Amino acid sequence: MGQRTVIPFGPQHPVLPEPVHLDLIIEDEKVIEAIPQLGFVHRGLEKLVQKKDYTAFVAVTERICGICSFGHSLGYSQTIEVLMSIEVPRRAEFLRVIWHELSRVHSHLLWLGLLADGFGYENLFMQCWRLRERVLDIFEATTGGRVILSACNVGGVNQDIFDEDLRGIVRVLDGMRGEFGELSKTFFRDRSVQNRLGGVGYLSKEEAQDLCIVGPFARASGVEEDIRSYGYGGYSALASFEPITSKRGDGYARCEVRAREVLQSMDIIAELVDKIPDTPLMTSVKGAPGADSIAVSRLEQPRGECFYYAKGNGTKYLERFRIRTPTSQNIAGMTKTLQGCDLADVPLNVLTIDPCISCTER
Amino acid sequence: MGSFHLTKMSLRNLFKKPATKMYPVIAPTFTPMTKGHVVNDIEVCILCGICEKKCPSLAITVDKPAETWIIDPFACIQCYSCIRTCPKDCLTMLPQYTGASTEKCSRSITKPELSPEDKAAQEIAAREKEARIAAAKAAKAAKDELANKE
Repeated sequence: MGQRTVIPFGPQHPVLPEPVHLDLIIEDEKVIEAIPQLGFVHRGLEKLVQKKDYTAFVAVTERICGICSFGHSLGYSQTIEVLMSIEVPRRAEFLRVIWHELSRVHSHLLWLGLLADGFGYENLFMQCWRLRERVLDIFEATTGGRVILSACNVGGVNQDIFDEDLRGIVRVLDGMRGEFGELSKTFFRDRSVQNRLGGVGYLSKEEAQDLCIVGPFARASGVEEDIRSYGYGGYSALASFEPITSKRGDGYARCEVRAREVLQSMDIIAELVDKIPDTPLMTSVKGAPGADSIAVSRLEQPRGECFYYAKGNGTKYLERFRIRTPTSQNIAGMTKTLQGCDLADVPLNVLTIDPCISCTER
Repeated sequence: MGSFHLTKMSLRNLFKKPATKMYPVIAPTFTPMTKGHVVNDIEVCILCGICEKKCPSLAITVDKPAETWIIDPFACIQCYSCIRTCPKDCLTMLPQYTGASTEKCSRSITKPELSPEDKAAQEIAAREKEARIAAAKAAKAAKDELANKE
């Protein structure tokens, strides 16, 4: 038995876009235990809800994270709409789903690029990010922002996308399919990618269920859980929705699930563009959430299920707002996959869960 | 399984235009929707202060006595809250981003000085308005008195 050593990993590390620290207990190049430490980017945004008007707080929720920005504004708006029994116009629900699915496409392309960068495939990394730019261009043309969209608001959406522009979005996505097919062929069939990802960070279905893992991380271990399948908002208009899963449970499966989800999101957008109704965009919101009124809402973010809780106190300031983000669930799974892995596999293992630390710490 | 799956795309890229631009030598292109900075048409503005109340980042200050509208472009988050709530539609979002600056300074716009003719016309209008209000008040008081007597 070798000597045990503690190796610090992060908060600054080339594979980590955001800061998280791990204390790796190593024995003969094998990780025995990984102890995570968070709190480097905590900003106290949940507390801020007590000082910002509940309609102005949408701008704050959007800034929780740069990648899931639209998802958070949607989740917050959805929760307040439940809290105040506001009915959202149907077109607004469809537009929200279209923007949210575009966010998923850009988030997954970003992650696929980071993964390629993580195992040293620079060319693949740049191609993924070049493709992602087209989604950001769609965001800029439809909302005016590339990262922070400010499109979603309590009661509906702020901007409309004309039917002609919606068809233009579908054409751009159709144009991306060919190039994305080439990229996914590299991810799925390239020998170097398979050798690097196959068997890395294995997590069984039972372990994933025990640790309450969510999102593509869980689906890659065979857990068929996707909040979109419950048909909230515009998703109820979909003819069918099947979560994408894999039974392999390793890093390769997580890559496969996310790559296939990009194509699934493109299909969802195309279907909703065909079905989008012509209704107003916004319901007028008056009054304030009632005293002791409580609402919860769930959402499928690119990284998994996100849970929102809000409590009103009869004024225009909320009493409490809480977000349980997907990464806060998945960190337990990450430490589990790290147990027994090689030290050289740690960066890739951390990367395959797609950690979003800004969301987790808020 | 195999290798060199990306070769075709890489070779194609050799003969394509670069995906990046040499910023700042080549200026970025904006869409008509791009959120750059907020401008105020001060001649239309009535300095009501709704934009100040609605701004989530407290970037706008309306100084009514000095007839000045002030925005801190570095605090502004381009959320459209002010533009959506403006009753006179005098606020507009322009696509150009706020230029780089060595200090965080505010941009203030003051209502232009009126010409003597405009000032005289404004005073006449104000006097007429006051007279109308006084007449309306007197009429109401007379009506109330009549009602009380009855």
